[in-house]
Amino acid sequence: MFDWLFALWPGLQTSAELLSLQPPGWGGNLLRGALASLQIALGAFALGLVIGTFGALGKLNGGPVMRDLLAVYTVVVRAVPELILILILYYAGTDLLNQVLRAMGQRPVEISGVAAGIAVLGIVQGAYATEVLRGAIQSVPRGQLEAARAFGMGPVQTFRRVTFPAMLPLALPGLSNLWLIATKDTALLAIVGFAELTLETRQAAGSTRAYFTFFLAAGALYLVMTLVSGRIFGWIEARYRRGQAAQ
Amino acid sequence: MKPWLTRAAQEVIVPHRLIMIAVAIGIIIWAALAMRWHWIPRYADLAVQGIWRTLWLLALSCAIGFAMAVPLGLAQAAGPRALAIPARAFCTVIRGTPLLLQLWLIYFGLGSLFPQFPWIRESELWPYLRQAWPYALLALSLSFAGYEGEVMRGAFRSVPAGQLEAARAMGMGRFAIFRRIWFPQALQRALPTLGGETVLQLKATPLVATITVIDIYAVASRVRQDTFIIYEPLLLLALIYMIIAGLIALGFKLLEQRFNRGMIG
Amino acid sequence: MKTLTLMATTTALITAASFAQAQEVRIGIAAEPYPPFAAPDAAGNWVGWEVEIIDAVCAAAELDCVLTPTAWDGIIPALLSERIDAIMASMSITEDRLQTIDFSDPYYNTPTVIVGQKGVEMEATPEGLSGKVLGVQVSTIHQTYAQTYFEAATELRTYQTQDEANQDLAAGRIDATQADSLAMDDFLKTDAGQCCEVKGAVAQDEAILGAGVGAGVRKGDEDLRAALNRGIAAILENGTYDEITGRYFATSIYGN
Repeated sequence: MFDWLFALWPGLQTSAELLSLQPPGWGGNLLRGALASLQIALGAFALGLVIGTFGALGKLNGGPVMRDLLAVYTVVVRAVPELILILILYYAGTDLLNQVLRAMGQRPVEISGVAAGIAVLGIVQGAYATEVLRGAIQSVPRGQLEAARAFGMGPVQTFRRVTFPAMLPLALPGLSNLWLIATKDTALLAIVGFAELTLETRQAAGSTRAYFTFFLAAGALYLVMTLVSGRIFGWIEARYRRGQAAQ
Repeated sequence: MKPWLTRAAQEVIVPHRLIMIAVAIGIIIWAALAMRWHWIPRYADLAVQGIWRTLWLLALSCAIGFAMAVPLGLAQAAGPRALAIPARAFCTVIRGTPLLLQLWLIYFGLGSLFPQFPWIRESELWPYLRQAWPYALLALSLSFAGYEGEVMRGAFRSVPAGQLEAARAMGMGRFAIFRRIWFPQALQRALPTLGGETVLQLKATPLVATITVIDIYAVASRVRQDTFIIYEPLLLLALIYMIIAGLIALGFKLLEQRFNRGMIG
Repeated sequence: MKTLTLMATTTALITAASFAQAQEVRIGIAAEPYPPFAAPDAAGNWVGWEVEIIDAVCAAAELDCVLTPTAWDGIIPALLSERIDAIMASMSITEDRLQTIDFSDPYYNTPTVIVGQKGVEMEATPEGLSGKVLGVQVSTIHQTYAQTYFEAATELRTYQTQDEANQDLAAGRIDATQADSLAMDDFLKTDAGQCCEVKGAVAQDEAILGAGVGAGVRKGDEDLRAALNRGIAAILENGTYDEITGRYFATSIYGN
């Protein structure tokens, strides 16, 4: 089918063979790496949302000490390169956890690469999510919250039924941006030796010396991930904006 | 006392902040005494060189990237389709793939072509192509151009069309309109995000250590490799980046204040 | 501190389900390919001389080993923070490393060579390399050696993997690389390796270059160290070691 193409461009056939999904092609490795990247990005994004929700509520409703501590957290994470945070958390995090467990008389645990990656990137995501969600919650009109209170809703119920649905459309563009950062930040885990897409690509490229082929293929995979997820976020946003007052 | 100084003093002298500052000072003293810092004098020279290299990579790549971002933004905001589509594609690709991958593609991908084309090694450019920093600068500049191009697109679009029409009615040429009305207003709108983008760019610079550029991150890695001390160099490194990021934020704040003077808000 | 505590709790929550059995021994190998000792193949399996030796040693010592690819540059921190239990990644036993970790008995030892561009005059001495650009892999004895002897007059470039140094050697971006002779033999046999040749072995300095390659373990982990020594002795004794070596190399690589 592609014979005429290969005749036109001999290098392409070699590339196609190198990228085939069955060994000796390395396509399967790349796809496995992409799956690992996606898994970590999803986990980190979810963890970031949880941290971000509590962080935003803490910044808005917490006491002065809580607010200052959260400010330190977001400032540090946003000023220090992710790579350095990953190195510190990756090694110190495990170390600390095991020391705490030992102090409590427990056995040290093994932390899988996936879990550590999710935790580390999730903490980074959490700082950015805190700011995004805080901005969104703040822009929910006060009157709506007062109305909810007047109806006799408790704080949890108010958050679940008024604040959350009202702030979501405002937060979505920021969150969609965060998700893109999460997918791309997974590449940094290559530097601590976690077998995600970028490291798999580097291994394949190093073993076959076809650097261009593999880096371009990996770039295409990342692009597919970010473009598809961009579409999904756009769709969600359109759905939630329905019935909202025009901005 | 100057008013801002009094305000700053009022913000700091609150009981819980004083306690937090005391705790922070306590942690710093504990870290200074209990952790191992004896390696600092031995690596001070290398560290200064590393910081210098990080800073000029940052400054140059932001300058080149911004110079590319202006035409990229303009092409997307007002250019013909033949220019707008490639500009848009460039921004999408840069923003949709990790910088680490772009960096390795540029350094190792291009490097893998050299053996096939021996004339490259005889060219005038070879002494530069041999070194690693031109590739680092290229990758960082392209990345900054991609992100900032998107910002500039929005900035150019947000300048009210009426102003441009008024300028045209006054008989200004296209270039004069761009230089005196369109660009300054777009820049003013882009400036608040520019500071943030520059800090993000700073945070991207340590990646260049993976292609053998010896920036401040690479110096800290060397300390770890030589001495097997893990956390101390990383903590000091985090502090250095925080100081640089703080200075960048401060610089842009001053720049913004200057720029906004005489502008209608 | 806040972040760290947060980290500890969240990690604990996530990994509560992933406790490993205590008897499992996680053998750290470098995540970067290092042929012919350890490199992933297209199916994602790790293959090579050292991978087979690890399997044989573990079988002989009756250990339940799992290969755990770890970034080479962080492999000692990974051992210390208990992400892995032993390092078997062509790591030489040196005095510097012995201050931080312990080693098993050596299981191979090869000379260190300088490989350089054909047609470029150089020798494996400080004078013979002066003015040249020399590539080394990060965190290796070669990096330490080059920093000690060559850095004064030679420009050093540090790579994450030996593969990348070789790639830049083929591209002509560096004049030479210092590395393990067996790993370089493998490279010189490839198409890319045709650019270059062995320029000579560097002068011995046992304090830096070490007394062969051993398995790194945490200080005080005597049980594991003894078990690995038992395994290494057993495969040397029963011929497994020679059988594996014969399939990869023309000569013995055990050293003396």
